[in-house]
Amino acid sequence: MSMVVDIAFWGLGIAAVLAGAAVFYVDSMARATYALAISFVAVGVLVMFLQQNYVGVVTILMMVMEMAIMAVYMVMFMGMNPALMPMSMVHGNKTALAVALTTFVGLAAGILLVDWPDRRGSPAADVTMALGEELMGPKMLVMAVISPVMVATIVAGVVLAAHRTRYDRFGDDLKRRPADDPQPGGVGR
Amino acid sequence: MSELMLAAGAITPEVTVVPGGWAILALLILGSLTLFAAALDGALSARAAGVANGLGRPFGETARLLRQRRRTTVQADHLLWRIGGAGLLVTAALMVTVVPLGEWTIFDLDVGVMWFNAIDVLVWAVVWLTGWGANSAYPLVGGYRFLAHGLGYELPLMFALVAPAIAAGSLNVGQVAGAQDELWFAVWMPVAFLVYLLGVVAFSVSGPFAPAVGTDVAGGVRGELSGVDRLVFEAGRYALLAAGAAFAVPMFLGGGAGPLLPGWAWVLLKTVLLLAVLVWARRRVPALRPDKFMEVGWLVLLPAVLVQDLVVAVIAAGRG
Repeated sequence: MSMVVDIAFWGLGIAAVLAGAAVFYVDSMARATYALAISFVAVGVLVMFLQQNYVGVVTILMMVMEMAIMAVYMVMFMGMNPALMPMSMVHGNKTALAVALTTFVGLAAGILLVDWPDRRGSPAADVTMALGEELMGPKMLVMAVISPVMVATIVAGVVLAAHRTRYDRFGDDLKRRPADDPQPGGVGR
Repeated sequence: MSELMLAAGAITPEVTVVPGGWAILALLILGSLTLFAAALDGALSARAAGVANGLGRPFGETARLLRQRRRTTVQADHLLWRIGGAGLLVTAALMVTVVPLGEWTIFDLDVGVMWFNAIDVLVWAVVWLTGWGANSAYPLVGGYRFLAHGLGYELPLMFALVAPAIAAGSLNVGQVAGAQDELWFAVWMPVAFLVYLLGVVAFSVSGPFAPAVGTDVAGGVRGELSGVDRLVFEAGRYALLAAGAAFAVPMFLGGGAGPLLPGWAWVLLKTVLLLAVLVWARRRVPALRPDKFMEVGWLVLLPAVLVQDLVVAVIAAGRG
């Protein structure tokens, strides 16, 4: 059983790396996006093998959703419509290759050369809970404060970026109903 | 596998994990439910059109599509197209792995509710890929329509799934089912139940959420699908509806709880009844335009289901 698990674990790791590499090899925006999605799904399953089931499943959920939306944006914003045609996924090849190789060698050397400590104690019964407490525990208050600030920043950013204001929607006296929207809403506002 | 998936000692299992070979039985049950949904839909269509013998429609359609020659398009992305077309059936099968049949389950994941949620998001990718792969305008329009619907229904669906999980204090599907001894969650969290059912109809690309495969865009996502590809895609839509109904049973309808009959029989009975209601109801609701549904989802459904979650959380906290 444990050998099957080992093979599956390493197989998923290889699949994640190969799917990640495929992002730069394929010649279509859709294929690149979903190759990345496959890579993330493989990583999500790997995380489940580490018994971080919640983190693993959430990774799969978020990444598939994100890639589904990203594919739309990639196709939409890749000017002159090349996203609908075969196109290369790489540019600045030499620089990129040099940076990538240097980073890889650096990180891999780090993994091999660091004197990793031996395990002390044993894993907690619920590793997800342990991870959460380790990450957030003493900083919970900070996190709780940061979240609404981040949401407020996003909302404020969208409001500032939108070229239409409430005066465009509701008229100068703010009394026009329903609002004058280029995109009609579904609830009759 | 079970000792791997159940973080040791984290939860006490409510259900027994059966060996992997039983997955074949699970697939057979899912197939039967799919056939039931298709036959019922055929019968209802035939009655609406005043034609006889609609029950046999799935068999006739299967025979017709299996003999139909596969059509293709210029420079279709066959890989993505096939992945998309077959994907709906696969997602439906992955969904039912965490649904306990009475006291047995194939995959007793401690975060089964999240698993279901992650798989239903896969449907986004699968439907869009089917629309994209054909390299044809109308299917692509259909794919975009589905994603637009998805942005409207997915968050309400997620928060609808949160309510039973809060009440049960667990993301394990067996534990959620076991927490409904006194009162079914469908009874005291009706908003979450209804929003969940709406989500099921939505991720099966049917009823009010059928504009992605609408006749006004020449069949939309399935416009260029033919032969066995179309068969698999259509079967996948019914299978997703069936899987959604099956998952509702442990989440909202008390799982295998019920008098006289054994647990597995109650699960099947409740699934069949709910599936029949869904097949019937989705024909009665008009199509929701993706652009208009967006506001309905975010301004009506999402606040409603968040209030539901709050109520459930307060009650759960009050109980201790």
